[in-house]
Formats: sequence, structure tokens, C-alpha cells
Amino acid sequence: MSRPSKAYIAGAYEHPTRHAVDISVAQLHADVAKGALADAGLTKDDVDGYFCAGDAPGLGGLSMAEYMGLNLRYTDTTETGGSSYVIHLGHAAEAIAAGKCSVALITLAGRPKMASAGPSRNYGDDTPDTGFEMPFSPTIVNNYAMAAMRHCHEFGTTAEQLAWVKVAASHHAQHNKHAVRQEVVTVEDVLNSPMIADPLHRLDCCVISDGGGALVVVSPEIAKSLGDRCVKLLGQGEAVKHLNGGKIDLTYTGAVVSGPIAFAEANLTPADMDLAMIYDSFTITVLMTLEDLGFCEKGQGGRFVADGNLISGVGKLPFNTDGGGLCNNHPTNRGGMTKVIEAVRQLRGEAHPKVQVPDCTLAVAHGTGGQIGTRMGSATAILGRNDA
Amino acid sequence: MSNGERSYQQPSVTVETQPYWDGTAAGKLLLKRCRDCGESHFYPRALCPFCFSGETEWYEASGRGRIYTFSVMRRVPAPYVIAFVTLDEGVSMMTNIVDCDFDSVAIDQEVQVTFRQTEGDYALPVFTPVGG
Ligand SMILES: [Zn+2]
Repeated sequence: MSRPSKAYIAGAYEHPTRHAVDISVAQLHADVAKGALADAGLTKDDVDGYFCAGDAPGLGGLSMAEYMGLNLRYTDTTETGGSSYVIHLGHAAEAIAAGKCSVALITLAGRPKMASAGPSRNYGDDTPDTGFEMPFSPTIVNNYAMAAMRHCHEFGTTAEQLAWVKVAASHHAQHNKHAVRQEVVTVEDVLNSPMIADPLHRLDCCVISDGGGALVVVSPEIAKSLGDRCVKLLGQGEAVKHLNGGKIDLTYTGAVVSGPIAFAEANLTPADMDLAMIYDSFTITVLMTLEDLGFCEKGQGGRFVADGNLISGVGKLPFNTDGGGLCNNHPTNRGGMTKVIEAVRQLRGEAHPKVQVPDCTLAVAHGTGGQIGTRMGSATAILGRNDA
Repeated sequence: MSNGERSYQQPSVTVETQPYWDGTAAGKLLLKRCRDCGESHFYPRALCPFCFSGETEWYEASGRGRIYTFSVMRRVPAPYVIAFVTLDEGVSMMTNIVDCDFDSVAIDQEVQVTFRQTEGDYALPVFTPVGG
């Protein structure tokens, strides 16, 4: 145990379902909680802190605490969309370090396949940006597409380069029996798929799936008693980026703030990472996030992701080895949780043998929430193997 | 690909933004500027988002600008162009690009404001390329 860690991830669990026809949202949350606690070797009675976001039914964590029979002395319902759970990781570590709780449960679950996809979510007429955006028919995909279009314009990023992100994810997903899309695709397949919102094709977009995931974060003392499957949380950072009063720059994400904070806390650099788990709502999200985290210079993301550089065993930076949101799973349109779960598998040496990164010691997991064309939450976590 | 007719959703209007929508109904694009720091901002607010002064004032924008970025939504019944336009006043706003061949729309293209009636009482500021 060379590197200090305020807290450890003791349990991680991804629900195997991708289409929860006969499971309620509340049950999904409880199922993943049960799975993560069993993975940790703990029970629900050990939990004294609970973290969830807007996908949890009820007021904050109150209804799910009652449903699961949790007795809590700490709760946090920070809501930043798909980045929430990577933020919860950091908040759980801080609460544990402050003595406010010792076993923190984080859950995500939902059934978006039961709802219609399409327009951007409307957060209500009191939301100050709503009147100035909703009438123009923004959608999640055209919002991200506008960021992609500007990136292509400023830096010469191409549709082929974006497609490589999907190609890499598909190479990993072929080994994941739970993945929504397990077929390997080529750059041509992506470019030949229907154009949804220029420059994003259908295969530049993530899947829609039901399901969920959970994490159990514990104090160093408890981690010691649970054994060497516990994974260190070495650093974490978060940020909010928005349209800045109309002085906009859509070529970067909040990762420019959250990344350096997380790497500084861990006293590590991107070059130290054996694995990158990057929220991949769309191919452009990965490309821009890798630049912003410092894996390459700004504007060089297209070259960085091309030619299989993100494929485990082929390229320099294995990414999203479970197939990511592009191919595997994107429970309730919130991708941060599954990024952490696969990082934990890799750092335990428990990923699928075909995608397992040899001697995987250090990993970054990054979540993006909201939309990169307008306003987003960003969160970065640096994770380390038990002996890192 | 050309501009199919589509209807525009009514904007949500608050006591804070009523003058903006009264402006669009009269064919004017209004912005807000801060009397203290001099900066314009968008969307318009009672408090300046740059210096937090409460001394903000309405003024009529030139209605001219350039396309900062855009995307053509193709796989919908009435395809449309969503965009951010950077106004000559220095602020960018989400909008639609209308009255043009969608395949000719480009970043940095010069555009000018025009208005579209919504399903309700208000009009929306949208933009069209200068000189067709
Ligand atoms: Zn000001």
C-alpha cells in the first residue's frame, strides 16, 4: 500500500439486464445495491451512507432508503446527470475521511426503454435557459453534434476519426455476453450508418438500455478487513461547465477542470494510466474528453483515437473495455457508473481475459452529465489497484 | 434538402424575460448589457453573469452575426438546422437557420435575424444567410 487512499471501492455490480420489462425502478436500485454489497462481502446493515441522483425514485434518497431498509447517518443526492456517480465517489470519500460514514452505497438504475427517447429533457419553465432553447428543438444528439461540428471545423477532426471510437468499443463488446451490441464494426460501417445529426451517424451514438449499477465505498480500516479486491480511490475532481453568459467555446468539456484536480490529488499524470474509462454518450464525447484530460494536445484527439489506439491489446490506451455505452450498456442514459464498475474489474484483474489489460494498476474513470453543447457536469476519478 | 414547414413550440416566458419576448413579437431582437462592466450577455438576466451587478439594461441588437456551429436534423418529419449564432454584439445564442438550402449552411456564414410565429402568442428569433 504505497499510495495513500482516503477510501476504497469494496464492491461493484452491474445489473445483467438491458431490458427490464418486469422489474420496477425501485427493485433495480435494490438489486444492484444487493449485488454490490455481496461483491464487497458486506450487508445492507453495514451501510450508513447512501448516495443517489435523479434516477432514484422519490425525494432524494428518502424513498429508496426506506425501500431497502437502510439506516443512514449520511446522504448526498448531488445531481449532475451521468457524471453524478463519479461525483458521489469523491463525496463519499470525503464523508468517510470526515468520519460522517464508513460504508457508502451509491446506486444508479432506470428503465428508459419504457419512455420515448427524443427531445432534450425539459426541466420546467422556471429553468432560466428553457425559453431560449426548447423552441428551437434541441435534442441530445444535435446538442452533442454541434460541439462535434465546431471541433471538426477548428481542428480538422474527421468523421473517420470519430468512427474509430465506436470501432474500438465494438472490439471490446464482442467479448461481453451482456452487451446490447456485440458485433464488431468497421469505420465504414459507422460512416454508412444513417446520419442522425451532422456529423454524428447512428453508430456514433450510444445504446439505450435499462438496468443499473452500484458501488460500495468504504474506509481504509474496513477495506483492510475485506481483502485485496478493494480498489483505491487515489484522486477525484469535478466541475460544471456552461454557456458562460453567451461567450461560448464548445470545443472543450468540463474535464479541463476536473481532470487536473483529480490527477493532482493522486499525484499522477495521464501517462501513468493503464486504462481509460470515458463516458461515451457519443464518439465526440470520448475524443474531446481524452484531449481535456491531457492524454493528447487539444485538437489532436482525432489522431489520438484513430487506427485502433483505444483497443485493448492493440493500441496505447485501452478504453471502455466492457464495450462502453456505445455497445454494452447505458443504463437510464447515465454513463458514469458503468465506467467505474469496469475500471474496478480491470484493477482486480477480473475483466474478460480477451480485454484484460496486463498488470492493470492505475485507471481513470470519467463521467459527463447534461450536454456538452450547453451545460454539463464533469467528474474524474483516479483509481488504483489495492497495491498501487 | 430544403426547409420543410414545421411548427415552433411556444417559449416559456417569465417576468424576467417578458421584455425580450415583447421585442420579438414586435420584430426586434433585444439583448441585455451591464451598465457597470459594459458586457452584453445571453440569455438576458436581471443580474449580470460577469460581475453580478443588478444594473442591466435592454437594447436592440443589430440582428447580424455568424454561425458558430450547427447541425442538420435529418431524420425527422420536417428536417431543420439547429445552430449557435454569434451576434455582432459578441454573444452567442441557440437558434434555427431557415430559408436556405440546408446543405449549404456553414460555420462562419454571415446571417441575419428573422422571426417565426410560434404555436402561441410569441415570435422566435431565427436566422437566415445574408444574401440568400
Ligand atoms: Zn457586469
